[in-house]
Amino acid sequence: MAVAKTLAEKVWDAHVVRKGDGEGANAQPDLLFIDLHLVHEVTSPQAFEGLRLAGRPLRRPDLTIATEDHNTPTLDIDKPIADLTSRTQIQTLRNNCAEFGVRLHSLGDAEQGIVHVVGPQLGLTQPGMTVVCGDSHTSTHGAFGALAMGIGTSEVEHVMATQTLSLKPFKTMAINVEGSLRPGVTAKDIILAVIAKIGTGGGQGYVLEYRGSAIRALSMEARMTICNMSIEAGARAGLVAPDQTTYDYMYGRPHAPQGADWDAAVEYWNILRTDDDATFDVEVDLDADTLEPFVTWGTNPGQGVSLSSSVPSPEDFGDENAKAAAERALQYMGLEAGTPMKDIRVDTVFLGSCTNSRMEDLRAAADIIRGRQKDPNIRMLVVPGSARVRLEAEAEGLDKVFKDFGAEWRFAGCSMCLGMNPDQLEVGERCASTSNRNFEGRQGKGGRTHLVSPVVAAATAIRGTLSSPSDLDPAPESAAIRTDAA
Amino acid sequence: MEKFTTHTGIGVPLRQSNVDTDQIIPAVYLKRITRTGFEDALFSAWRKDPAFILNQAPFNAGSVLVAGPDFGTGSSREHAVWALKDYGFKTVLSSRFADIFRGNSGKQGLLAAELAQDDIELIWKELENAPGTEVTVDLVSKTVICGNIVAPFEIDDYTRWRLLEGLDDIGLTLQHEEDITAYEATRPAFMPTTLPARLS
Repeated sequence: MAVAKTLAEKVWDAHVVRKGDGEGANAQPDLLFIDLHLVHEVTSPQAFEGLRLAGRPLRRPDLTIATEDHNTPTLDIDKPIADLTSRTQIQTLRNNCAEFGVRLHSLGDAEQGIVHVVGPQLGLTQPGMTVVCGDSHTSTHGAFGALAMGIGTSEVEHVMATQTLSLKPFKTMAINVEGSLRPGVTAKDIILAVIAKIGTGGGQGYVLEYRGSAIRALSMEARMTICNMSIEAGARAGLVAPDQTTYDYMYGRPHAPQGADWDAAVEYWNILRTDDDATFDVEVDLDADTLEPFVTWGTNPGQGVSLSSSVPSPEDFGDENAKAAAERALQYMGLEAGTPMKDIRVDTVFLGSCTNSRMEDLRAAADIIRGRQKDPNIRMLVVPGSARVRLEAEAEGLDKVFKDFGAEWRFAGCSMCLGMNPDQLEVGERCASTSNRNFEGRQGKGGRTHLVSPVVAAATAIRGTLSSPSDLDPAPESAAIRTDAA
Repeated sequence: MEKFTTHTGIGVPLRQSNVDTDQIIPAVYLKRITRTGFEDALFSAWRKDPAFILNQAPFNAGSVLVAGPDFGTGSSREHAVWALKDYGFKTVLSSRFADIFRGNSGKQGLLAAELAQDDIELIWKELENAPGTEVTVDLVSKTVICGNIVAPFEIDDYTRWRLLEGLDDIGLTLQHEEDITAYEATRPAFMPTTLPARLS
């Protein structure tokens, strides 16, 4: 009998180019083959430059794909990029891709968009693959049962030159989510609750596997939302075993296997699950039945609570470091302990980012706002994750729903998630954001971020204060709230 | 990469947990296409506050950063390591590092030394009581010395060996190019390639 393995261990073992040699001071870790390398403008220029200086070719352009996302404007994309350093960085990517033969989807192209939206959409992300990118949210691709992780620029150069990575072995953690989500509770709430439970460092050194009936019931896009934020719990990678939901999502996508290849692929994908008798180093349980919409109050993604509760007090934390962090966070966020979360008034609502910018996210938000009025003091930005998501949304008339509501309908990119382009918060501006990080200054210097799901973002835009869909009066033409969406 | 065996320099106590890479270097500085010249970017938001530790002598001349747990969380930006190095830091001490940051440090010759939180607390007190105290970080013996404090630290053996020898990762891997080529020949045909592009 073969040794029982977890899914992550199976994917790892299938990619070992060279076993690490043994113990001792200079023991080398396993060298793993990389199936897909995603590239964007921010973390690649120094890697390409390194190749050039060393006179090395890019080994596998056919396993590499680039897109422009972090810096790109979401308005006036037909004009030259106004910010000169951004324009230079984008132009550098274009020059590098041309020089090294890398496929690039530039601003204006129908396949341009956030790198983690583009890969799955093209069918390039598949079960059992190793996927890397110079971006920590590469964990997104784990939703397909791929071992996917963010890497630094030195590692980007290493993958370009060798199509491999030397990786330290990891431990495994099961996140068991059993039960069924109530209406208005989504994948985003699951992952925010997981991070609040295990902390921003809880997953360090681990690969997470999300399991249980609540995960199995989720769509692929919802699973991507969960895996996306694995890094916010400190885990470089998080994954979900592939199943019929995965296959249905993949079938017919441009780069999905076809014909006999499809059958061979499915046969392989079917073995990609954790063996019944395999053990995880750690198991964490979360009850989906009792979960409520979740929201962050502080300046790291672990500082979150149920939307129906109040801003915690630093005294609530036993650990001295956590207490000090809470004090500092409350000061930065301009919040008083004990304030009900739902009394917090926001200025801006951002619907977008690699966490929540796919079709289901846009549909879920549109279903809430359709036929309702935006709070006049709220500015709302809707930024589709990719040009193709934007096109599909427009084909469904969602752009009209958002525009009628008074939201701004933008072109695709990372946008206000990290404010590298002009989409930024002002000092002191408070934002309900469907993105992934509420760090100090993340969305703009002095900006204050509350992480929320798309349906909470939509309800907040209507009421002007942090709100869940259940707080809303019935809409004239009320649409059902989708619980399957992220 | 430069070899790292031992380093002695002024210790900087940064009493804060969850120092994420957006704080180490805000995204606005990531638009550059060079690998050096990021010293002005390090902690740039916090450095606007005159009370911030790096705005005070002698800490502004520090080269050993002693930080709270979960240092380097968040974004994968290697710029965080470049900025620390460009400012003059040779090593960061913490009780817990984010995985990607730790990996990036190892590639760039910045020593990320993992100490027990109790030892970090002792070193913080020492550095606050006697500003300008030098800290010695000895990679050979995996020990930190600060005043009367002698504390062991952890680092994985492979990274330690590479730092001690100053080895280039890509060069090491390319010694095994035959293994890579052999692996490539065994990849299943159903695995996707990005080229040629297929239409949606």
